[in-house]
Amino acid sequence: MTEAMTEAAPALEIRNLHKRYGDLEVIKGISLTARDGDVISILGSSGSGKSTFLRCINLLESPHQGQIIVAGEELKLKPSSNGNLVAADSKQINRLRSKIGFVFQNFNLWPHMTVLDNVTEAPRRVLGMSKAAATEMGEALLAKVGIADKRHCYPNQLSGGQQQRAAIARTLAMQPKVILFDEPTSALDPEMVQEVLSVIRALAEEGRTMLLVTHEMNFARQVSSEVVFLHQGMVEEKGTPDAVFNHPKSERCKQFLSSNH
Amino acid sequence: MQWDVILQALPKLLQGVVLTLELVALSCIAGLIFAIPMGIARASTRWYVRSLPYGYIFLFRGTPLLVQLFLVYYGLAQFEAVRQGPLWPYLRDPFWCAVITMTMHTTAYIAEIVRGALQAVPAGEIEAARALGMSKTQTLLFITLPRAIRIGLPAYSNEVILMLKGSALASTVTLLELTGMARTIIARTYLPVEIFFAAGVLYLLIAYVLVLGFKLLEKVLRVDTGQLGR
Repeated sequence: MTEAMTEAAPALEIRNLHKRYGDLEVIKGISLTARDGDVISILGSSGSGKSTFLRCINLLESPHQGQIIVAGEELKLKPSSNGNLVAADSKQINRLRSKIGFVFQNFNLWPHMTVLDNVTEAPRRVLGMSKAAATEMGEALLAKVGIADKRHCYPNQLSGGQQQRAAIARTLAMQPKVILFDEPTSALDPEMVQEVLSVIRALAEEGRTMLLVTHEMNFARQVSSEVVFLHQGMVEEKGTPDAVFNHPKSERCKQFLSSNH
Repeated sequence: MQWDVILQALPKLLQGVVLTLELVALSCIAGLIFAIPMGIARASTRWYVRSLPYGYIFLFRGTPLLVQLFLVYYGLAQFEAVRQGPLWPYLRDPFWCAVITMTMHTTAYIAEIVRGALQAVPAGEIEAARALGMSKTQTLLFITLPRAIRIGLPAYSNEVILMLKGSALASTVTLLELTGMARTIIARTYLPVEIFFAAGVLYLLIAYVLVLGFKLLEKVLRVDTGQLGR
């Protein structure tokens, strides 16, 4: 016990998360712990609740029940009039969100700003970074994801893969403790998938803590430290990539893997 | 067509143009300033926040500008309190009556434009801001409003042009703006076709310049970029 107490708190811990839309329960009690440097891939067929689960972690969706703990700090939740849990402390949720990066399937870049402004906006507004410092960092991050030459372009002048890399740079600019990827390559043309995956792979190799909802099975197998298979809002199978991909115990997981090869 | 009459009337008509431009500029700028908070309130999800702007918009959009102008110009003076009030020097002046009425009228329309534009900002872009830790206020100020301004700008330019033509109604409360001036000249020359033709051309020119100006503004603000791509 004393050993566990002295151990650093996990980067992200989710306990018994539930989410329902009306009477339909789509997440039925998922728990998950990401320690520093973990790359956890979340797999499952569509409708299994994997995106919803990810969006509940930073309250883009309101969960119905559960605890969310970021680096030892529990997110304060309170019930709203419709039974959902909402943030009880708006300062806290904003602070915790700034520590949880989120990369969207549709990039969601701001089209009226240049790529560089997209990256520097949040560090300047939220972290109070000076324009010069934010610009320097933004340019370094854009170079890191390989689109330094596009910094003065607008998002609609970029290909899908470049837009997603810009969105990843925007997330990295907040120096998040954990990054959540919500199907980051699903909206891309096939030839652009690899350029985004290689950026994510580089982040994994840096030792960043990440949760990754994806349909890219081979990629998940290569980069993950842990794989979680969701089915109908519950964890059906979890373990190392080797255990889940090569020796799945659950029938549903076997079926899913065989139909996705 | 007696062109020399038009030429002679031109200096007076241009005086009218100046007054028309003053009326339109004042009311459309003031209208925009009032309409932005009103449009934000109108787009609120809370019924008690959006009900007041809703009532205002209902009232001012549902009645003719001419009726509103008469009510302000002839109506306010009926009240002793108004005549004794500190604003009487303005409210007795037809120019300010017209500016106030046109502002109140256009505010209602622009507020609806603002509401529509706010609601048209893609939810994902707002989510992206919130996911990065921006507060509701920061998101509104730095992401949603700048986006909404670009979405609403074409509709706003349309409203400005409608107000340009609506300003002709100010002639009914003795103002010698372009239409009022044209009618005064006609009363002296009995040549309505020539003078109204000239006034029409002048309105057309103003509208043309406004269209060009807004086109330029749309280019500078990169209005088209948000809708395309993706």
